[in-house]
Amino acid sequence: MVLAQANLRLDANAIDYLLLAFYFTLVLGIGYLAKRQVSTSLDFFLSGRSLPAWVTGLAFISANLGAIEVMGMSANGAQYGMPTAHYFWVGAIPAMLFLGIVMMPFYYGSKVRSVPEFMLRRFGKPAHLVNGISFATAQILIAGANLFLLAKIVNVLLGWPIWLAIILAAVVVLTYTALGGLSAAIYNEVLQFFVIVAALVPLTIVGLVKVGGWQGLVDKIGLAPGSQPDVNSWPGTNITGFGSPFWSVVGLVFGLGFVLSFGYWTTNFVEVQRAMASKSMSAARRTPIIGAFPKMFVPFIVIIPGMIAAVTVTELMGANRTALVGDKSAPSGATFNDALLLLMRDLLPNGMLGVALAGLLASFMAGMAANLSSFNTVFSYDIWQSYIKKDRPDDYYLKLGRWVTAGGTILAIGTAFIASTYANLMDYLQQLFSFFNAPLFATFILGMFWKRMTATAGWTGLVSGTLAAVGVFLLSETGAIDLPGQGASFVGAGAAFVVDIVVSVAVTYATAPKPEAQLVGLVYSLTPKETRQHSTTGEDAGWYRNPALLAGIVLAITIILNIIF
Amino acid sequence: MSTSTGGRHTSAFDVRLIIALLLGVYGAVLTIMGAGFTSDDDLAKADNVNINLWAGIAMLVAAVLFVAWAKIRPLVIPAAETTEEPAAGDTTETS
Repeated sequence: MVLAQANLRLDANAIDYLLLAFYFTLVLGIGYLAKRQVSTSLDFFLSGRSLPAWVTGLAFISANLGAIEVMGMSANGAQYGMPTAHYFWVGAIPAMLFLGIVMMPFYYGSKVRSVPEFMLRRFGKPAHLVNGISFATAQILIAGANLFLLAKIVNVLLGWPIWLAIILAAVVVLTYTALGGLSAAIYNEVLQFFVIVAALVPLTIVGLVKVGGWQGLVDKIGLAPGSQPDVNSWPGTNITGFGSPFWSVVGLVFGLGFVLSFGYWTTNFVEVQRAMASKSMSAARRTPIIGAFPKMFVPFIVIIPGMIAAVTVTELMGANRTALVGDKSAPSGATFNDALLLLMRDLLPNGMLGVALAGLLASFMAGMAANLSSFNTVFSYDIWQSYIKKDRPDDYYLKLGRWVTAGGTILAIGTAFIASTYANLMDYLQQLFSFFNAPLFATFILGMFWKRMTATAGWTGLVSGTLAAVGVFLLSETGAIDLPGQGASFVGAGAAFVVDIVVSVAVTYATAPKPEAQLVGLVYSLTPKETRQHSTTGEDAGWYRNPALLAGIVLAITIILNIIF
Repeated sequence: MSTSTGGRHTSAFDVRLIIALLLGVYGAVLTIMGAGFTSDDDLAKADNVNINLWAGIAMLVAAVLFVAWAKIRPLVIPAAETTEEPAAGDTTETS
């Protein structure tokens, strides 16, 4: 992150600040209003399982539409072009549909309150503890990184000192999450979604007008010399680092599409928690599917601005681009991470600039709030209540939740300062996801569909899968295997997945399975059909509330998008 | 203090109205900016698209739509015992 070297200071005026201040007022107001709904720990941690599907669906993608998504994907857009859309169309969408159709019945139906709690019910304590601790740790690290990015943006754009920005942002996020719990976080995520759209859609439109529409953009990219972003999404050799188009497609489909994305979207509690907060099984299943509708179109407002920046922003063109693509720093001091900011600086007048600022800050805050709200749930339920102080009245855990939120925030301020020492923050975070999510996904899939799988296999599979991913990471760091682009994390995820499966199967045959009676509702073949289904009456009636049909529509549109681009 | 089955509280607020409030205020400010207070320099920046005006109008329309949605389908206050999802076995939908 060498943001500070390029001149990114936006000339925001009083109107822009006013719009920003208004947004923050609403954010805190939501925290205050949501507090009135919180009277039990279930209200605090899972919004009392009462939210409508469109709210949880938008929160589902907003929780992910944070720093990494908005900045990282537009940076990827500037560097690689349309292949970045694979993160959405091959990666996220199929996995989100799978979560809604296949996995959600187990999550919601078993009434667990967190993903680690599902591990407890299926595999017992060792797997539960391993998963709970690793998840809580990862959340604090990621929350710190989000906080640091937020502060960095404020610092660069508005000139406030980093430490002040970190603490101020932490206080705002803490205030609303500690007051209103998950409801406040979710309502703010919904609000944030609309601010981001309100900020990025006009930016994209103005940008496209400037370059003469999509065709103009394609022409400009075609005319420019040197390595340019790709205007087609397939085969995406520049993003995978594979020389052969065939292996590039295989790498994308298996590594990114199957293991990394399914692992991320289906087992990451930050996401799943949003669906668990919905009011019925039907709503829970629709949550990721409704989220998939806007998710399909997010690439257009993050990747295309990145590509436009690549051909219109002088700091990213010519010699600067050549240097950046070659992994060197550009003479202008800008990086691809700055693409969106530079484009905003060049195109937006005062007024829209304020909206865009609000959108960016909102997305960073929401990312952190999502980390915090899932951290406090897992810490309170899965670590504290399970292993430290059991059987206290509910009131105790509600209070605990608020204190844990505060503690988590303080830790995140600490990890934010640690994060500030890393040069390559985003890659580091992506690696973390591949360490934890790919093996978790393998264990989940086996555990859900194979009733013989034993408790010991559960935790040994997890641990060995993670070690395999770490192994691949070390090999690529030391240069033993050479995969530029984002190929190394695809391979790492694949290795983690395969090793986890092999170890789990081997261990299973060496140990005794759990009695079947304990696995009802947790394993596919032992779950009666009725409990996997949802009501289709009353609030859940109507074809437009049918998860399978909605999923089919999403899939069709995604395939069409893949063909066009 | 915490009775676990106290019934769902009525939603104290409707998030749709908050979204409408935000978009409405932003839309109003941007429309006014676009109509009268965007300098020629700023206009030139955006390739002579008066983005403040157009985005402002679009946000106002969106705000009105949200208010309309909230009016047409107001929040239903759930019955007191909606603690758990009723295990309705009347579905034919397969997964």
